[in-house]
Order: sequence, then C-alpha cells, then structure tokens
Amino acid sequence: MSARPLAPAAILRDAGLSALVAFGLFVALIGLRLVPTDNGLALEQRWRALLAIVGAVFVGRLLMLGWRAWRPAGAPTPRVLAESIRRSARWVAPLFLLLALALPLFAGRYVIDVGILVLTYVMLGWGLNIVVGLAGLLDLGYVAFYAVGAYSYALFSTTFHFGFWTTLPVAGLLAGLWGVLLGFPVLRLRGDYLAIVTLAFGEIIRVVLINWTSFTGGPNGVSDIPRPTLFGLKFNGSGDPDTFAAFFGVDYSITQRFVFLYYVILGLALLTNWVSLRLRRLPLGRAWEALREDEIACRALGINVTVTKLTAFAIGATFGGFAGAFFATRQGFVSPESFTFIESALVLAIVVLGGLGSQLGVALAALVMIGGTELFRDFAEYRMLVFGIALVVMMVLRPRGLVSGRVPSVSLGKPKEIAADLVAQGRG
Amino acid sequence: MTAPLLSVEHLTMRFGGLTAVSALSFAARANQITAVIGPNGAGKTTVFNCITGFYRPTSGTIQLHHPEGSSYALQSLAGHLIARRAKVARTFQNIRLFAGMTVLENLMVAQHNTLMPNVVSGLLAVFGLGGYRHTQKLAIEKATTWLEAVGLIGRADDPAGSLPYGQQRRLEIARAMCTDPALLCLDEPAAGLNPRESDELSELLIRIRGGGCSILLIEHDMGVVMRISDHVVVLDHGKKISDGTPAEVRADPKVIAAYLGEGDEDETPADAEEAA
Repeated sequence: MSARPLAPAAILRDAGLSALVAFGLFVALIGLRLVPTDNGLALEQRWRALLAIVGAVFVGRLLMLGWRAWRPAGAPTPRVLAESIRRSARWVAPLFLLLALALPLFAGRYVIDVGILVLTYVMLGWGLNIVVGLAGLLDLGYVAFYAVGAYSYALFSTTFHFGFWTTLPVAGLLAGLWGVLLGFPVLRLRGDYLAIVTLAFGEIIRVVLINWTSFTGGPNGVSDIPRPTLFGLKFNGSGDPDTFAAFFGVDYSITQRFVFLYYVILGLALLTNWVSLRLRRLPLGRAWEALREDEIACRALGINVTVTKLTAFAIGATFGGFAGAFFATRQGFVSPESFTFIESALVLAIVVLGGLGSQLGVALAALVMIGGTELFRDFAEYRMLVFGIALVVMMVLRPRGLVSGRVPSVSLGKPKEIAADLVAQGRG
Repeated sequence: MTAPLLSVEHLTMRFGGLTAVSALSFAARANQITAVIGPNGAGKTTVFNCITGFYRPTSGTIQLHHPEGSSYALQSLAGHLIARRAKVARTFQNIRLFAGMTVLENLMVAQHNTLMPNVVSGLLAVFGLGGYRHTQKLAIEKATTWLEAVGLIGRADDPAGSLPYGQQRRLEIARAMCTDPALLCLDEPAAGLNPRESDELSELLIRIRGGGCSILLIEHDMGVVMRISDHVVVLDHGKKISDGTPAEVRADPKVIAAYLGEGDEDETPADAEEAA
C-alpha cells in the first residue's frame, strides 16, 4: 500500500469517521426492526446489535491503520506476497495436478461430486480465458455455448441414441459454430458494447430454449439423457454383462460412476488447458494477445483481425460446448434454468479473480469460488454475503487477479515475467 | 531515374464538410527516401492513413508497383492485405507497440503471416504438424537480425512497454521491417528524439534504403529530412505546394511562406528550419 502512515490522532479521527458512516448506514437497517404482533406491526429497537457493528467498524479501522503505521520493517507487503505467489507457481501447479489425479483414491462420494463440479467450472474458466484473457474480448454470454453443448448432447442422444463419445466432438463443433455466428455481428464492437451484445446473445439462446417447445421440450427440458460409458461398459447395478461391475467382476457401487465422471471431466479440463497453453506459444495465440494489446497495430502488420477474433470466439466456444455436453451427461437432465446469466457471470468472475490469461489463477479461483460455496453451505443465507465481501476484498488487494503477470511465449534467454500493469486488459 | 514505386493520383479525402486532402498527386520512387513535410494540420497523416488502408479515400487512386511487376490499387485493398500482399508497412505518430509483450514477441507477431499462412495450419501446429518448428526458428533468426540492426538485442526479453522512448521508436521500425516491406511509411520517427538519437535514426534509415526498401517519411525535424531524403513533397492545407529535391524545396518561396506565414518573403530558409 502506498498510503502514508498516519499520526495516532489522525488514526483515531479516521476510525471515528468510519464509525460515524457505519452508524448512518446501519441505524435504520439494523437498529430498527418491524415485528408482527397480534395487533399489527411493532417497532423493535436493537441498539445493542447496532452498537456492536459500529464498534467493530471502529476497532477494525483502528487496527488496520495502526498496522499500517507501526508495521514491523520486515513484514511482507502485498508486493512481496505477490512475488512469492509467483515464485511458488512453479510447484503449486504440479501439486494441484497430483492432488486432482489422486483425489478419488481417498475421497468420499460427496467430495468427488464437488470435485466434478469444480472441474466443470475450471474447464469453463479456461475456455472463457481464451476469449477474455488472451484475446481481450469481454464475453458476458459464455453460458450460451455451454447450453448449445448440453442441448446438442441431450437431443442427439435421446433422439438418435448417439453415445457420449460420438456426440462430444459434435457438441463442441456446434458450439464453435455458434461462436462464429456470435462473432460476426460483434466484430466491430468494443468494450462495453461488445459485452452488452454477448449478454443479449446468451439470453436469446436461453429464451429460444424455453419457447421452442417442440424441439427442446421448453421449460420441461430434456430428461433421461444416457450416462457416459467406458468403451461401451455402462455404470449401473443391473448385473448385465455390459456393465462395468459385471465385466470386471466387482460389486457395483454408485461411487464407480462418480469416479468415472470425475476422470472424464479432469481429462476434458486438462485438454482445454493443454490446447490453450500450446496455442499461446503459437502464432495464433500470439496474434490474440497482440489483438488485446493493440488492434490497430495488428492490422498495420497484416494480421487479419476478423479471422483472429472469430477463431478466439470459436475455440473458446468449442470448449464451452464440451463442458456443456459433459454437464448434460452428468445431470441426465437439462433445462433452460441451468443456463441463466448468473452462470456467465460466475465463470467471468472466476476468470477475472484468477487473473486474466493465467491458467493456474483460473483453476485456483474456480476451486475457491465453487468449492468455497460448497464448504460454507452450513452458513446458509450468509454464504453469499461472505462470498461477496471476500470478492470485494480480493479485488481491492489484488486488482489484477490472484496470479497476475504474464510469461512471455518465446524468449532468447531465460524468460522473465512481465508485470501485470504493463499488460493490456483488452477493450474488446 | 528509377521507376515510381508508389503513385498517388488526385487523392482527395473529405471528413464531412472538411477537406483534409484535396486532389493530391505525387510519386515515390523505388530505393529512395521520399519525405512528406508541411505545417501541422497540412494533411500528412491523412495521406498516410489513406496509403496504409486506415482511411478509404473519397476519390483518387493510389497505385503500388513492385519492381518485379505486380501492382496493387491500395485505395480498394482491404486494410490488412495492404501490409500482407502489397508489402506496405507503417509506424505510428504515437507509438503503438504491444506493450505487455516482450521485444522479441513484438517482432514475432510482425511475422505472423509467414508463421501461419492460414488458420488451418495455425491449428495443425497445436498438434506439432505443418513444420512449424522450422519456420519459428527462421522467424527468431530474422528478429535477432533486426534487433542487432537497431541495437536492441540486449533487451529482447524485456517487455516493450518498459523501454525508453527512443528505443520504442527503433523497435517500432524493426517490427515494421520484420514484415519484409517494399515500402516503409514512417510517421514522425524522429519526434521526441535527442540529436544523437536523430543521427542514429538517419543512419538506420539510410541502411534500410540500402537494403532495398523504399521509405516514405513524415517528419518535422528538418535536419533529418534535408540530410537523408532523396525527394521532398510539401503539403499545406491538403494541397501540394512544392515537390523536388531537398535543395529545390528549401529554396521554394511558397514553402517558406507556408511555414512562416504570407508576406515574409525576405526570410531565409534557415529560419524555416527552426520554425519547423
């Protein structure tokens, strides 16, 4: 923090002012409460609760400023912390990968299920990272491609009885096609305008899914979607010879299916990661990043900006489609309700919180956001409040995300990391 | 006398009611440095933007004739194809580098079309197909050559945004040269440079001309213009007022009048230089 340490009197005054603001805010919100009684409503006064809140603000502010003023010389500053996060990235990523691979060996069914959910969002985050993080195109309608993928698998499998593995590429392809379709009209748009059009696109897909009843089943969705198979082996307890349990001569347990699904999504997520890491070091990925940095300079260098943008949309959408197909097979049921704007916002929040363009950051953010909300399920209605506060604090402390900074895609000597403040965030 | 590489005929550019360039005709010859000068607001950058496809001219033609015979009508060629096919590269008055990418990466992006002839080859490279490794090696070699030429080899792995101003200017020229241009358009490359850096820039431009690339130059630094140009075109209020060798232009009373205002015909050309 660059703020200058304050004198004790100034700190006291600042804390007092903060407490005053808190009092003004909360006097009616917390201090007064309407309670229903036999003869209408009565006003309950809760001065003690108000006092507690105001006091907490006062003491909190006092401690914060005091720490800043009398911090021991060797205490880590945010800058040093950032540096150590960056250095530890080298071993954190393989550690997480090992942990992810080994998780089903020691975890129970619930944890594996949460793991599947987290990995789905990791994959979505990595897919959106191509569009937002690399190409710098702000996409608020990413859930549309997730929906296209999910409905592709749902409809192909229930209508034509296609298997999961045959439909997966088709779902990706269709989502990629929709990515290009969205890309065309928004080629000339930038920043806020691009964001609004992509948001509308996401809503259009959802509204079509609701209203095209004859094709999509409308609000009822599509149910009885077949589960994925392992080389034709099903996961159920029927005892048929083509089930996993009968083939390997083991007792059937529902956990087997969860473990299988877990490894499927882990594989899909790692595929997304591998392709994006690889593309980053290739001309196409470099052109995306150059586009984020300066579109006009790209054009002056003979780069076809149209094609470059469309490939970013298409490839990002393809991975969204894969994730969607997986979602459909995991749930066994899809309906438009699963593809609301909040999903797009959540995936975008994961990408921004993790650090635009950072693969590790996105994975960590997905773990914290999705795993965290599961962990705090006991807190019920306070869960989202805690979560919102955590997000705000995070963005204030590390405005460029958990893992900011950029590693060069090519270097003559030893690659040096580029500080985040030099890297453009993209204006669409 | 060499054949004209670029011939601009009756070029007019209007923005609403404002005519920025009006019926301008001039030619730039191959293996020469052609300077376009004029007071502020004369329409120099507009001409550049028309040549490099950032503006579509209201009327007139811009023809580019490569020495090996092919020719292009730049006024109707799509923006990115002007750099890709017609081989016209440019720099910008306000530097436009990819600040968050390293110096080397900037030069690699410039070779995009060599590295990735089309999208399919770009996607095949993900799976290690299409001989990408070899082309990448060649691209790094070319980038290294240009980094040595502009004296930035020691900073290859530093982010472009962290370079001092003068080095950023040189990097932008190196980046443009990595597209293998036939014509290099420089928009005020000496702006903000100190006298020593200006001298280095002049030498660099002469070396580039020696390598077979013609240069079109907008510049306010008359020292640089007079020293290195083979041919000077003077614009004022969107019209050409003089055209010739540096010595001819320097002596042209119309040029002096444009720079110093009408009625000052007894001023010497030396004052015109200072005023610029």
